[in-house]
Amino acid sequence: MSDRKIQGASIVFQSVGKAFAKPGGGMVSAVDDVSLTVDAGAITGIIGRSGAGKSTMLRMVNGLERPTSGKILVGGQDVGAAQGTALRAIRRDVGMVFQHFNLLASRTVAGNIALPLEVAGVPGARIKARVADLIHRVGLDAQADRYPAELSGGQKQRVGIARALATEPKVLLSDEATSALDPETTQTVLELLKDINRELGLTILLITHEMAVVRDIASHVAVIEGGRIVEAGKTYDVFTAPQHPTTRSFLSGLTGVTLPAFIKGKISDTRPARPCDEVIHVTFAGKHATDPMLALLTRDLGLQVNILSGAIEEIGDQPFGNLLISLDADRAAEARAYLERHGLLTQGLGYVG
Amino acid sequence: MSANLINLLIDATWQTLYMVAVSAALGTVFGLPLGVFLATSQRGELLSRPLINKVLGLVVNAARSVPFIILVVAIIPFTRMVAGTSIGTTAAIVPLTIAAVPFIARLIENAIREVDSGLIEAARAMGATPLQIIRKVLIPEALPSITLGLTLAVVSLIGYSAMVGAVGGEGLGDLGIRYGYQRFMPEVMAIVVVILIVLVQLVQTIGEWFAARVDKRAPKGRGQ
Ligand SMILES: Nc1ncnc2c1ncn2[C@@H]1O[C@H](COP(=O)(O)OP(=O)(O)OP(=O)(O)O)[C@@H](O)[C@H]1O
Ligand SMILES: [Mg+2]
Repeated sequence: MSDRKIQGASIVFQSVGKAFAKPGGGMVSAVDDVSLTVDAGAITGIIGRSGAGKSTMLRMVNGLERPTSGKILVGGQDVGAAQGTALRAIRRDVGMVFQHFNLLASRTVAGNIALPLEVAGVPGARIKARVADLIHRVGLDAQADRYPAELSGGQKQRVGIARALATEPKVLLSDEATSALDPETTQTVLELLKDINRELGLTILLITHEMAVVRDIASHVAVIEGGRIVEAGKTYDVFTAPQHPTTRSFLSGLTGVTLPAFIKGKISDTRPARPCDEVIHVTFAGKHATDPMLALLTRDLGLQVNILSGAIEEIGDQPFGNLLISLDADRAAEARAYLERHGLLTQGLGYVG
Repeated sequence: MSANLINLLIDATWQTLYMVAVSAALGTVFGLPLGVFLATSQRGELLSRPLINKVLGLVVNAARSVPFIILVVAIIPFTRMVAGTSIGTTAAIVPLTIAAVPFIARLIENAIREVDSGLIEAARAMGATPLQIIRKVLIPEALPSITLGLTLAVVSLIGYSAMVGAVGGEGLGDLGIRYGYQRFMPEVMAIVVVILIVLVQLVQTIGEWFAARVDKRAPKGRGQ
């Protein structure tokens, strides 16, 4: 592979706002006073619900939209102020992949990947060599002369990724690149993005509405809601200690945090007079993530613990776990203090009995 | 049927083919850029020239609302200026072309508008100029529709070409009227009609074959 390692570029949002004119008059704000630094060479995820402003944020990075206030710096260059040739030069440094692939039906796989090089005026012989390299990198050697209509969704997205990499960009933007794919294909495409990030060193900024995507590849995450960043940080920190309700609600979709149906129907916020159990959400993180804490709890406090649901996951290469347990409500405070003392996070969810 | 009549039919067929081919070619030369411009110059689009777009749209509509036979007569001075004469087969190419340009422009405009806006977005994200987007994305992607549109235009021109006898244009339509109607030879009229049907079928078949060849979208059905 002839790809040289490139220096990824950082992306800095400085109090960025974007408002669109409404058809009936007036303005609608899509992005509101966003300040965020995306580290060079990292994979950063932006997560938010539909209409939160994710695409608008991403599209401002390559100047497809211009901010109405604030600045966006890509590798130190002000994208919002760039025009014409300067803007097109920045765009060649920023590749983009799309949810619906946006491949030309009239061109083969090789032809699609060649397009950004043709646009950049690269000579034909160099285009050929570069396209062959890219096709190989994304594992489509057998499909080089096929048309997009003959490819599966996963293969189409590989073409989209190869095309985005053609001009050796410093930044790769991904707008829901895996949202149209099945879970298995999603995994292979995410793996490809991870490999690319590791081997080429470019910055990846991706948007998604799935926490699983963030968990699987992003080292940093920003949560956007109503055009504002409500929480941002290292993925591990945000997953293990989410601060904002929106973040929590995104996380509740992941395994180990959802109450099983048989408990959900019975749980109450107020403690009943009769003897009952308290339901506790325990988060294992850091060096304690794999400690046998429940066994220790039983041994040291003599408590009986019911496990309701749980999972151990990995973010980057750090393990973290979520566990829902229930135990005698009279001794819950004592148990929670014990767990907290051992570096776990606990949260009371309610009572059953 | 006399050998003389057969010669007349052959000549008339060639004249029709000549008028239609030249006016279709000229119509495309002028209609293609016009159609592309109409499709890309509305406010906020690639070339965004809303005012010129409006004006050209009005001109195109006006040209298209004039019945062909009236157009032929109305532009006689212009025809004389361009072709040196206002009578004959070559002169007839002028009104045919003028009818073809706005028609073809609208067909091309529609074909270009059908192209998924996501492709324009992808090309912009690559750093493509508007001209590159038109040449490398819009026209190639619209080619199957453009081909079908041009086929329709050629078929219409075959029909129009039958009316140019009114200004001394020759060809199959003129022959049919002069012999079949004025000289009372219904068999000539019948043969002319058969030749026209065969021509139209041929054009349609060839057009569809080309359109299918350049169409690389999903092979069966147009679901997506
Ligand atoms: N070109 C536009 N004109 C007017 N309003 C727009 C435009 N683009 C986006 N918006 C509005 O801005 C808001 C944010 O849109 P955006 O596409 O960024 O959301 P998103 O987070 O990407 O949503 P999704 O997950 O559905 O793609 C929405 O309210 C949307 O209606
Ligand atoms: Mg979006």
